[in-house]
Amino acid sequence: MAKSVKELGKKWMISSFNKRGFSTDCSTLKSSSSSSSTVEKQSGKTVNLFTAINQALYIALETDPNAYLFGEDVSFGGVFRCSTGLADQFGSKRVFNTPLCEQGIVGFGIGLAAMGNRAIAEIQFADYIFPAFDQIVNEAAKFRYRSGNQFNCGGLTIRTPYGAVGHGGHYHSQSPESFFCQVPGLKVVIPRSPKQAKGLLLASIRDPNPVIFFEPKWLYRLVVEEVPEDDYMFPLSEAEVIRHGSDITLVGWGSQLAVMEQACVDAEKEGISCELIDLKTLIPWDKETVEASVRKTGRLLVSHEAPVTGGFGAEISASIMERCFMRLEAPVARTCGLDTPFPLVFEPFFMPTKNKILDAIKATVNY
Amino acid sequence: MMNLTKLISSASSSSAASRSKTLISSSSSFLNRSFSTDDSKVLTIETSIPFTAHNCEPPSRTVETTEKELLGFFKEMALMRRMEIAADSLYKSKLIRGFCHLYDGQEAVAVGMEAAITKKDCIITAYRDHCIFLGRGGTLVEAFSELMGRRDGCSKGKGGSMHFYKKDSGFYGGHGIVGAQVPLGIGLSFAQKYNKDEAVTFAMYGDGAANQGQLFEALNIAALWDLPAILVCENNHYGMGTAEWRAAKSPAYYKRGDYVPGLKVDGMDAFAVKQACKFAKEHVLQKGPIILEMDTYRYHGHSMSDPGSTYRTRDEISGVRQERDPVERIRKLVLAHDLATEKELKDMEKEIRKEVDDAIAQAKESPMPEPSELFTNVYVKGFGVESYGADRKEVRAVLP
Repeated sequence: MAKSVKELGKKWMISSFNKRGFSTDCSTLKSSSSSSSTVEKQSGKTVNLFTAINQALYIALETDPNAYLFGEDVSFGGVFRCSTGLADQFGSKRVFNTPLCEQGIVGFGIGLAAMGNRAIAEIQFADYIFPAFDQIVNEAAKFRYRSGNQFNCGGLTIRTPYGAVGHGGHYHSQSPESFFCQVPGLKVVIPRSPKQAKGLLLASIRDPNPVIFFEPKWLYRLVVEEVPEDDYMFPLSEAEVIRHGSDITLVGWGSQLAVMEQACVDAEKEGISCELIDLKTLIPWDKETVEASVRKTGRLLVSHEAPVTGGFGAEISASIMERCFMRLEAPVARTCGLDTPFPLVFEPFFMPTKNKILDAIKATVNY
Repeated sequence: MMNLTKLISSASSSSAASRSKTLISSSSSFLNRSFSTDDSKVLTIETSIPFTAHNCEPPSRTVETTEKELLGFFKEMALMRRMEIAADSLYKSKLIRGFCHLYDGQEAVAVGMEAAITKKDCIITAYRDHCIFLGRGGTLVEAFSELMGRRDGCSKGKGGSMHFYKKDSGFYGGHGIVGAQVPLGIGLSFAQKYNKDEAVTFAMYGDGAANQGQLFEALNIAALWDLPAILVCENNHYGMGTAEWRAAKSPAYYKRGDYVPGLKVDGMDAFAVKQACKFAKEHVLQKGPIILEMDTYRYHGHSMSDPGSTYRTRDEISGVRQERDPVERIRKLVLAHDLATEKELKDMEKEIRKEVDDAIAQAKESPMPEPSELFTNVYVKGFGVESYGADRKEVRAVLP
C-alpha cells in the first residue's frame, strides 16, 4: 500500500503543488479565512461535533488529491465515527487503517508530509500520543528549522480526542496539550464547538506547519450547532471574545468553555460582568486579544482540565503579568485540574467545575 | 498441581479479609459434593491440534492431567465466563465506569497458563486483565469491587477495570497503554534471573500490540541477556477493530522474534496452553526468551463501547462458539471421562451464577474510597511533593 500511496502522491504532486500554500507565508490561508465571515451567514444543518469533523475531513480530502487520512480503525469510521464513510468515498488508498503503533503512525505522517502531501493522522486518544512524543517533538517540530528550510512536514495534522468524558478513567481522559506547547515549530489547536471544529480543522490541515488538533471528546455527540456546509476556515492564532463583560476576563479552550460560560451566567446573577475568551490556538497564541481584554477588566482567570502545575494557564498568567502588571487589580486566578493523575471515581473532584470557577471569579473580583 | 481449593484458600489467606469467607464456604461446600474425582489418577489428553514451532522442538501433544484438574478447569473457566457476562451487565447499568475490556472466549489461556506455573512466576498483562487476576488467586469480590471503584477492590478502587494487581501472587497487573507492559515484563525477568529465583515472567500482549516498536526493543534485550521471559501473544485476531491481516505483514506472531524461538498454540484448548507454558518455562530458564502465540478469540468487542460486530460477521462469532469454545471443550472432556453428568455440570454452573451474584451484592456494599484517597499514592508521603489547601491546588515540596 505504501508504494501505491507514494505513486499517487507523485502523480498529484506535480499537478497541484503550485496551487497549495506550502510556504511559510500564510497569504492563501488568510485570503480564504477572510471570506469566512460571509460564509458564516449562510445556513447549514444542525449537526454534532463528530459530524462537523467528518465534513471537514471530507472537504479536505475532496479539495486536495494529495490529502490522506489514516490511523487506528480510521477506515471503519474511527471509534468516535469521525471518519464514517470517507474510506468508501475516497478509497482505501487515501483513507486507511494503520497498525496499532502511534510512533509509526506519526513518523509515517512526517515522511508523507515531507513529500509535499497533506497527512492527516489520527491518534485514537490523546492519552496514547506519548509513544509518538519523540516523533512529534524531535522530528516533526524541528524538521524545517534543522534543515535550513529545505524540508518540512507542514502538511502534517495530528487529530486526537482529549479530555474528560465523565467516566473515562486514567487513560481515556487526559489533556496533554501543555506538553506540546513547549515545542516551537508545532501549532496546537482546540475547538469548542461543531462550527469552530470544522473551520479550525480545515485551517489546521491547510496550515503549512505541523498542527496537533485536539478534539474535545466530551462534545462529540453532546453539542449540536448549525454548521455551514461550505468549505470555510477560521484563522489560527486568533482568539475570540465569545462573551463581553467588564469586571473580569476568563480564558479557556475546548470543552472547558461550556463550563466557564455557565459560571459567567451565574456570576452575572450576582452582578459580576465576565468577559470570556476562546483561545482556540494555544501556540502561537493570541496575546493581544487577551491583553486588550485584561487592560479593560483588570482581572484574569484561566481554566483548563489539565493539572494546574505547568499547565498552559501558567504561561498565560506569566505573559499577562508581564504585559499588564500595572493594570492588574488581583492575582491571576487559575482554576484547573488537580495535581494528581486523572482519577477514576473522583473525576468530579478533579475537574475544574462551574462552582470552583464561580468561587475563583468572586475571590478575584473581591480581592 | 493447582486446583480450585488451593486457589481459593491461597486467596483467602492473602487477602486476610472476612469478606471472602462466604465465597470460600460456598465453594468448598460445593467441592465436597460427591463427584468421583481422584487426584492421583492420571489422565492423558491429546491437544486439539499439534503445536507449530519456530526454531525449537515442539512439545508432545499428549498432556497429563488428573480428574480433579480437569473438573477444576471447567469450574474456573465457567466462573470466569460468568464473571465477564455479569461485568457486561454491570457496565450497561452504569455501575462500572471507565473503560471495560472483557475476556470471554479467551479463558483457556488464563487457566492453562496458571496450571503450568507457580505464584513465584510473574504475570504482566494489558487491560484485558479480569480473568488473569482471578487465575492468580484474586477473589470475585475484589474483582467486582475494583470494577465498581469500591474500597474493597484489588487496587482499592483507584484503578478500575484496566488496573487489577495482586502483588502477593506475582501479578504485576493491568496496564492501559497498548504494548507498554512488555518491556516492564522484561525488567521483571531480569530481576528474577539476577536474584536466582528460578522463576519466569509471562509478559502478555495482544495481536494489536505485536506491531508496537517497544515490543521488539524489549525482545532484543531479553534475547541479548538470555532472560527468563515468555512473551505470550494472545492472538484474538482483532487489534481493536482491525483484523490481524490488515495490520501485520506477518500474522505468524510466534515467528516474529526471528532469532527468538516461538510456539503456536491453540489458545482455545486449556491443555494445549498448559503444555506450552510448562515447556516454555523449562526452555526460558535455560535458553532465554520464547514467544508463545495463543490462537484465541474474544466474543465481546474490543471494549464495552465496541459492539464487536462491525468488522466481523455474526456467523464468524457463532462459528467459533460452536466449534472452538474453550469451556465447551472441557465440558466434553469431563463428560467423555465420566467425571460428571450433564446435569451435574449444569448444577455447577447454577452455583457459579449464584456465587457471582453473591460477590456482586457484597461488592455493592463496599463503600467508595475516602475522598482523601484522590491525593494519596501520587508520591510517597513525606518524601516529596504533597498537595495542600482547601481544593489542594497548592503543591509544596516537603523534604523528609
